[in-house]
This record gives sequence, C-alpha cells and structure tokens, in this order.
Amino acid sequence: MAKPAVLTHPESLKKPAGPSEFAKHPANTALSKAEKVALYTKMARIRHFEQRCIRTYQQGKIGGFLHLYVGQEAVVAGTVSLLGKHDHIITGYRDHGHGLMVGMSMNECMAELTGKVTGCSQGKGGSMHYFAPDKNYWGGHGIVGGQVPLGTGLAYAVKYKGLKGCCLAYMGDGAVNQGAVHEAYNLAALWDLPMIFVIENNGYSMGTSQERSTAHPGCLAKRAEGYGMAWDVINGHDVYEVRAKTDAAVKRAHEESKPTVLEIFTYRYFGHSMADPDKTYRDKEEIKGYRENKDPVLLFENELIAEGVLTPATRDAINEAAMAEADVAAVFAEESPDPTVADITKHIYWEEDNRGPNSTSRGTIIFE
Amino acid sequence: MAVITYREALRAAMREELQRDENVVVMGEEVAQFNGAYKVTEGLLKEFGPKRVVDTPISEAGFIGLGIGASMLGIRPVMELMFWSFSYVAFDQIVNNAGNIRYMSGGLINCPIVIRGPGNGGTNVGATHSHTPEAILASHPGIKVVCPATPYDAKGLMKAAIRDNDPVYVMENTILYNDKGEVPEGDYIVPLGVADVKRVGTDLTIVAHGRAVITSLKAAEILEKEHGVSVEVVDLRSIRPLDEETILASVRKTHRALLVEENKPFCGVDAQVAYIIQAKAFDDLDAPIGRVSSIDAPQIYCKRMEDEQLPHAARVVAAALKVLA
Ligand SMILES: Cc1ncc(C[n+]2csc(CCOP(=O)(O)OP(=O)(O)O)c2C)c(N)n1
Ligand SMILES: [Mg+2]
Repeated sequence: MAKPAVLTHPESLKKPAGPSEFAKHPANTALSKAEKVALYTKMARIRHFEQRCIRTYQQGKIGGFLHLYVGQEAVVAGTVSLLGKHDHIITGYRDHGHGLMVGMSMNECMAELTGKVTGCSQGKGGSMHYFAPDKNYWGGHGIVGGQVPLGTGLAYAVKYKGLKGCCLAYMGDGAVNQGAVHEAYNLAALWDLPMIFVIENNGYSMGTSQERSTAHPGCLAKRAEGYGMAWDVINGHDVYEVRAKTDAAVKRAHEESKPTVLEIFTYRYFGHSMADPDKTYRDKEEIKGYRENKDPVLLFENELIAEGVLTPATRDAINEAAMAEADVAAVFAEESPDPTVADITKHIYWEEDNRGPNSTSRGTIIFE
Repeated sequence: MAVITYREALRAAMREELQRDENVVVMGEEVAQFNGAYKVTEGLLKEFGPKRVVDTPISEAGFIGLGIGASMLGIRPVMELMFWSFSYVAFDQIVNNAGNIRYMSGGLINCPIVIRGPGNGGTNVGATHSHTPEAILASHPGIKVVCPATPYDAKGLMKAAIRDNDPVYVMENTILYNDKGEVPEGDYIVPLGVADVKRVGTDLTIVAHGRAVITSLKAAEILEKEHGVSVEVVDLRSIRPLDEETILASVRKTHRALLVEENKPFCGVDAQVAYIIQAKAFDDLDAPIGRVSSIDAPQIYCKRMEDEQLPHAARVVAAALKVLA
C-alpha cells in the first residue's frame, strides 16, 4: 500500500479542509439522518464533557492526572460507531472519549474524576482507569502500551468462543515503541486474531515529537508489514474517512479473522495532561492551525449542514444540551459521597468479596 | 550551607558527577529537552549537551537494558524512570540482568548503573502509578536500594550511588521534591548503608524510610507535646545495604520499637527490620514491635481515602501509644 506519509503537513493547516471525500462511501451512506445527528451529538458531548472537566480541575475538585481528548473526537467516534455486539475496545489513559462513546454516562465519568463512590470505578480508578465491561469497554490503562496485549487477548477470546467480533486496541504514537506492543502484533498476526490496532497519532508523546521518538517516523502503521499484517493510514479529522477505512478493518477481522494496524492522524489541543504547561515543545501557530482548519467536530458539523442533515438551530440545541448535561454531571460529582475507609479493602479479590462454604481460598489474605 | 529543595539537591548531585566523570550519562524519558517530567534534570542538557543528557522513547525495557549493557563496558548511566511504577515494564532487565550479571560471571562483570525516579503514592493517580518497589527490589541479592527523605541525603546518596560499582536504585518521592533543607555546596557523599538518627529520644524508637520519616517526625512532635513521650526517629536512608547497628543501638536504648513505612505490609521492608530486632535485641524489648504500613490494598484513587490508606501522623501516634501502653 502506498500512503501519504504525513497528513499533518504545516501547509495543510493554513486553509480549512474541504468536504469529505468519504461521504459517499457505503459505510457512510448506510447512515440514516438520525444516525448522523446521533454521531455528531456524541462528538459534541465528548467535547463539552472534557471542557467541563477543565473547570472542575481548575476548581481543585479533580486531582492527579487529567488527560484530555479534545481535538481527537473523530477517532473514537468514527471507529466505535461501527461496532456491534461482539466487538470490544480497550485504550490507554486518554480514555474519557472512549467511555462516553460506548455509552457511559457523564455522571459516572465525572464522579470518577472527583473520586466519588458513584463513579464508574467507585472512585478507585480515576481519570486513567475508566471501565465499562457491560459496554465492551475494558479500560482505561495507565501504563503506556500495557493495554495492547490485553486487547489481543480479548480478540483471542472472541475467536475462541466462535463469535463474529473483534477488538480495537487504541494506543498513542509514543506507545508504539513499547516492546509489549510488538509482541502483541506478532501474536495477532501469528494466530490470525480478529484484532485492530489503532494508533492515535497526535504527533507528540508528552513533550517529544514523533520524529524524536521513533525510527522511520514517516509512517508508524507500516511496521505492520514486518508482521505480514494489513495496515492503513487515516485522516483523523474527518469522521467519515475514519468510518470508511475502519470499516474495511472490521470486515477483515469479522470475515477473515485477520488483524490490521490503523494509524489515525489527529491532534490534541491541550497539554499532555493538565500538569503540562505546553509552552516548550510546539508552537501556538500549530495549535491554532489545527483548531481553525482541522477541527473534527466543526468539520463534521459543516458536512452535515451542507447535507441538510443539521441546521444551525439543531446544532445549537445539541451543543447547549451537551453543556447542560456536563454541568449536571459536575453537580452530581460534587454532591456524591466519597468511598469509605472500609471500601479501601473491597474489590481486591473475588474470593474475598464472595466467601462462602464452597470458596477455594482459606487463610489471611488482607494483612495489617 | 545553602538551603535548597530536594529536587535541586538531586540535580546538584547529577551535575557534579557529570562534571567529575566523563563516563556519567543521564538518560530517560523527557529528561533532556523537556527538562524532566518533574524538572529534576532541568538545565542539564543545556550545560552538558545531548551526548551526556539523552532523551529516550517510551521503551523502558529497551533503554534500561541498554543502560545496563553500557555500564558493563564502563559507562556510568544514571537512568530516570518517570515513575518507579514503570520499572515493572523493565523488570527482567532490572532484576535478572542488572542483579545477576556479576554473580553469574563469577565476578568478571560489574554493573555500575543508577536507576532513579519517584517511587511513592499520595499523588492521587491511582494504583498503576503509585508503587513503592523498594522491598521487592531489595529482596534480590545483587541489587542496592536507597530512599532519601531529605535534601541533604538526596544529594549525598545520589553521589554515592553514581560512584558505587554495583546497581543502585534510588527511590525518590514527588511529594518531597519541593521540601527544603540545608545542603553543602561542595562535594560530599552519604555512604550507602548508614542510617541516620533524625531525632533523638529515650522512650520509643521509630524506624522509617522515605517520606514515612517526615510523617514519623511529625508524629514524634505530637507525642512529645500531647503525651510527654520522647521519641527517637531512625531514618534508614538505605534499604540494602541496611544499617543494623544503628537500629539495634536505638532499640537497646529505648526498649520499644515502632516501624513505619509506606509499603503495603506483606513482606515490606519492616518485615525484615522486625526480624532483625527480635533476633538480635529480643531481651531489650519491653513490648511487642509495632508497625504502621499502608492499608493493604492496591492504591485507591480517591484522594481523601488515599490519604487514609497511607501512614499519616494520627495513625503513627495511635500505634506508638499502643507500643508504649
Ligand atoms: C510504561 C510507561 N512509561 C511512561 C509513562 C508516562 N507517560 C504517560 S503518557 C506518556 C506519553 C505517551 O504518548 P502517546 O503514546 O503518544 O499518547 P498520547 O499521550 O499522545 O495520547 C508517557 C511518557 C507511562 N504511563 N507508562
Ligand atoms: Mg501522542
């Protein structure tokens, strides 16, 4: 496959992206008007949730790390919108967008950030560790690259059970240099697993640009060739393109049980986390260029208005509702109770939480 | 003496050693251009250039292993782990390779590497980022581990670690990085394996390391003021080698011991310390040895509960009163 190496060339940031070349792709013409509006709504909800998080963080109600997804919405919206009952996802610590996209509520997501017992992980995981296994979302993982073998295991389990499904494991452009990622690539290819490795290439790993971290930096997905895997590169500012190209990978997984590596070019608007002042390693013009000319939410909005699917009035209503929902979540998170000291030692072992006459464990397991 | 932060003290140690020995190399994620995720290495790239201060990809097993290999040929790498929690990705290199190579080669190969970074909880970042692996690592013969609690010790131990000919793992603490203290400007070392009596007392010995020393000093203050108890605080500073003599001398004087650490209790550093005290000073003890560790669970995210999970002054005071009862 011959691919354009860099979609984020500075020249392309100087003018607004035009209409999507992928609007007429079958994966997208298959969407009803209502489904398109729903997809836009989800992207807007992620955007407004994250922006509300910034305020809650600045008010001192969220501590620790907070990695925002603003700017990357089309990646998760495009990929997850294609998935069905037996398809699973797993990601790193930049995990809020994935949570909202699979249908987690803003309330449980916000309450987790403030460490409350009403949070998705009962205040035990935090920003980097969201989970919703009932929605086929397996986290939320803090260690760079650590989720990728797990995702490969989910794909293995789907195949083992004879289900028509797959797993998408998301990682950053910095994560591709972890050994565990390469071991997972090999296993997925060797065992023909229904696996899609999604590289969310936002150009930076913390303060390190992709060129400074990675040999052969032109194209990260191409490493798939070393394992005989299919690969593709995607403009992650265009949700239609993300859907069109991910659709091919999902079909490959479902129908041939073969893995794919997708590299999706995207951009984060804020620092690596709220702790990163973001002043040294990239220039303001670059961020401005992306915000003004490549914004995934805005581009999809323009697309849908041109198609007559969205009107300025419905757009405004959607955005206002998303903002209001995020405000409600912030209040919910604020008013919810903390876990208790007794809660600290719950959820460590299944056997301990469920001891009965038939337990397979005895003896002291939590120590003083 | 200048009053500087724990962070500046670590930086001064690296800077002086970079000047002293051309084989010293500082390496890790974001250490050079970004000046360190926690700014410990700030300014080193500017002063020493990219050959001596090197940014790595996010490949801990790879670059730590590389550092170990380079040390075998006489380079003295000072490798930063952004968190000691990330050492688990490189466990084979850190334990199997660095810890065993001298032994397995019958003493032919040395491994003078330093691996450093914060190894602490208390920062509201959840279980994957809050590990305190000093006990796990020190349980492997071949490895040395130190945990400075003050700026003075941070500089002196770091310099000793860099000059040491064995693998030395320095566990720092992000919560201590801004703590200030008196630090000599010139050269000095704190040898590995020498504990320090941080507070002199007569009624009870508290043995601690890392940030638990600071917590214990606070508790000692409260015990003195509110309960009229005179507490001696022994800072281990070094986990392996361990200064048994200083621990035992203090216990022989006070006849009571309370062990405080941030580790989870099972096989924590204090399990070993307790064994040593009862084996070598049994007749000197007037009460069973007391112990305060973190509550035995993966680190909880919720900040209010994490503060409860860690040893804090109130818990130390309560445990001390029990030992004194
Ligand atoms: C094993 C490990 N090493 C280092 C870190 C610290 N860290 C967290 S995110 C990150 C950068 C990752 O960048 P990238 O993979 O590009 O993802 P992005 O943050 O851009 O989404 C680093 C170095 C970590 N969490 N785990
Ligand atoms: Mg990145």
